[in-house]
Amino acid sequence: MDNIAGKKSSLSWAVNISVVALVLLWIFPTVGLFVSSFRTADQISATGWWKALFPTEQVVQLRTGDPDDLRVADGDGFIVTGNLFGEEGGSLSAYGVSSRDVGAFAPGETADMGDGESMTVEEDGSYTWRGNGEQISGRGQRVFVTTTTPPEFTTANYERVLFSGDRTDSMAKAFFNTLTVTIPATIIPILIAAFAAYALAWMDFPGRALLIAAIVALLVVPLQLALIPLLKLHNEIGIGKGYLGVWLAHTGFGLPLAIYLLRNYMVGLPRDIIENAKVDGATDFQIFTKIVLPLSFPALASFAIFQFLWTWNDLLVALVFLIDSSGDTTVMTRQIVELLGTRGGNWEILATAAFVSISVPLLVFFAMQRFLVRGLLAGSVK
Amino acid sequence: MHPAFLGLITIILGVGGCIGYFWASNFFLDKVLFPPRGPDAGRNINRANMIRPWLFLAPAVFALGLYLAYPVVETLRLSLTNRVPGGGYEWAGLENYTQMAGDPKFREALFNNILWLIVVPALSTVFGLLAAQLTDRIKWGAVAKSIIFMPMAISFVGAAVIWKLVYDYRAAGEEQIGVLNAIVVSLGGEPTAWLTVPFWNNFFLMAVLIWIQTGFAMVILSAALRGIPEETVEAAIVDGANPFQIFFKIKVPQIMGTIVVVWTTITIVVLKIFDIVFAMTNGQWETQVLANYMYDKLFRANDWGVGSASAMVIMLLVTPILVWNVYNARKEMR
Repeated sequence: MDNIAGKKSSLSWAVNISVVALVLLWIFPTVGLFVSSFRTADQISATGWWKALFPTEQVVQLRTGDPDDLRVADGDGFIVTGNLFGEEGGSLSAYGVSSRDVGAFAPGETADMGDGESMTVEEDGSYTWRGNGEQISGRGQRVFVTTTTPPEFTTANYERVLFSGDRTDSMAKAFFNTLTVTIPATIIPILIAAFAAYALAWMDFPGRALLIAAIVALLVVPLQLALIPLLKLHNEIGIGKGYLGVWLAHTGFGLPLAIYLLRNYMVGLPRDIIENAKVDGATDFQIFTKIVLPLSFPALASFAIFQFLWTWNDLLVALVFLIDSSGDTTVMTRQIVELLGTRGGNWEILATAAFVSISVPLLVFFAMQRFLVRGLLAGSVK
Repeated sequence: MHPAFLGLITIILGVGGCIGYFWASNFFLDKVLFPPRGPDAGRNINRANMIRPWLFLAPAVFALGLYLAYPVVETLRLSLTNRVPGGGYEWAGLENYTQMAGDPKFREALFNNILWLIVVPALSTVFGLLAAQLTDRIKWGAVAKSIIFMPMAISFVGAAVIWKLVYDYRAAGEEQIGVLNAIVVSLGGEPTAWLTVPFWNNFFLMAVLIWIQTGFAMVILSAALRGIPEETVEAAIVDGANPFQIFFKIKVPQIMGTIVVVWTTITIVVLKIFDIVFAMTNGQWETQVLANYMYDKLFRANDWGVGSASAMVIMLLVTPILVWNVYNARKEMR
């Protein structure tokens, strides 16, 4: 559109670079959590997660074998041979014999240690240490080697968080609890809202405009106001804290958006279809179930995704209406907040738990992004 | 009983109950109460059609009334009363409100919330507009949009963990594992425990919400930008406008209405913000906000009067937007 004058925008490269920067900035924090969830506690506290993606260089101090046991005569001096890494094996990229210059020599080079004493270390750690009787005695010679460790990742955190059964760390139970909250809390409001939306869109009755206005108003009423009155009500009628209460609460809180979205969509359906069906003698109930409901699938899907994301990610409603003092019905968001308190420094557990919790919404998001965008547009642009 | 099993039964009962209710009530209306047969057929059809909308609406109206409308009234009543030990309530007038107004924690929460209200909607909208405009002009724009939009799917709690890792602090001299401190240290600065620095820590919390809401703003503004008539842009190019002029003088004025909608929607999210503060600082180090203050009063201090009063403050702040939305919706329906 900006190129119609026939010249390529000179800003093109600047635009590309800005978008790259923006995208990196936006994805960087999440990637950090993802990478951290595959690292051990030691790795996380030793280096920043961004370094985990590259091989790390470490300098370690090793010792040759004990010269008094191992030395063999060689001409008028002695020689000790062996491998610095022992039986484990390994490889080094540089070595040194003094703490002042730990990477002085490349593998295979011979380090001159003065007075005829010398050391040669190969890449695989095998060494040859030469010298006279006095030099080759006492303790083994210190050698500083620079080793390169390739990036290393583990799934142990996920095993611990998902399958260990540990009461504080385990997310398995919370995962199923979240699922138990989410699915009915997504399905039930859709049904109730669909009927109401049809009535508001295609039936004529006094008070319709007023009802629509009321629903627009209720869209923005903060659910914070509902916490105490409804908890009181739930206690009075005997529901107390539990799944039934949280399902009902999510249904109530989700309804305004559901009715609003569905009504806006249904109003846009072609009038002819519905009037023809009426002429052919179909009742409103039949028109709704056989024509309007199937045609409204995109709007139903949009709302279902909203409600799913919202109930899955919710903390406040679950805290108030579901989780009792026994903690058996805890949901993942609550479990993570607990972990933040008790295991604030244990990033491997925290990161993994958080990632378990956000992976499901992310999957839903990427699979159904189309519907989500459509729903957002229908819900806010008027 | 296993909760998953209970959930399944509830789905079946709930869905079955809903369908059963709608079917049975319609059946009753058409076959028993006002059958479209006999001498009164015409009148019966009319009567049935007068009642039917309310059959369709009844469950929704009941749930909306009970779960959203009634609580507004009840919270107002609770905010004007005090609980008497041993049950019952006594009229307290505005006592709870004056008590709350004198609470420094409440003032802090109100001040911070106003700060949030100024910063978050503004920056989210600006970033969203920027992202929308830039991604619309490049080939891989769809992928970029997806990534910027992605935080919308992440829970506030999940985002809190993600950003706590970014803000992580280790004592000076140790290896920093939080990105922000690592950058500061590599530039020669001193590492800081960002979330414990009063006043500025509010902005570090706001960054989390901006990160989440920018995607929302971008998606909506991008649709609005694409809806701009091309002729207006073409005319501007012919007249020799540069890209910046086209953007600020041609495009932005045309999508002003959408910008306002985005702004108000994010404003409502900000007014209700709870999880981020609850999970990251829990209102310590002067980061309290209204919703978290309310939660503290209701469920930690068990003070329903002041808790309800602070909930009413949130409601009061939402009301202008509520009125504006209703006004617009009605204007549009005419």
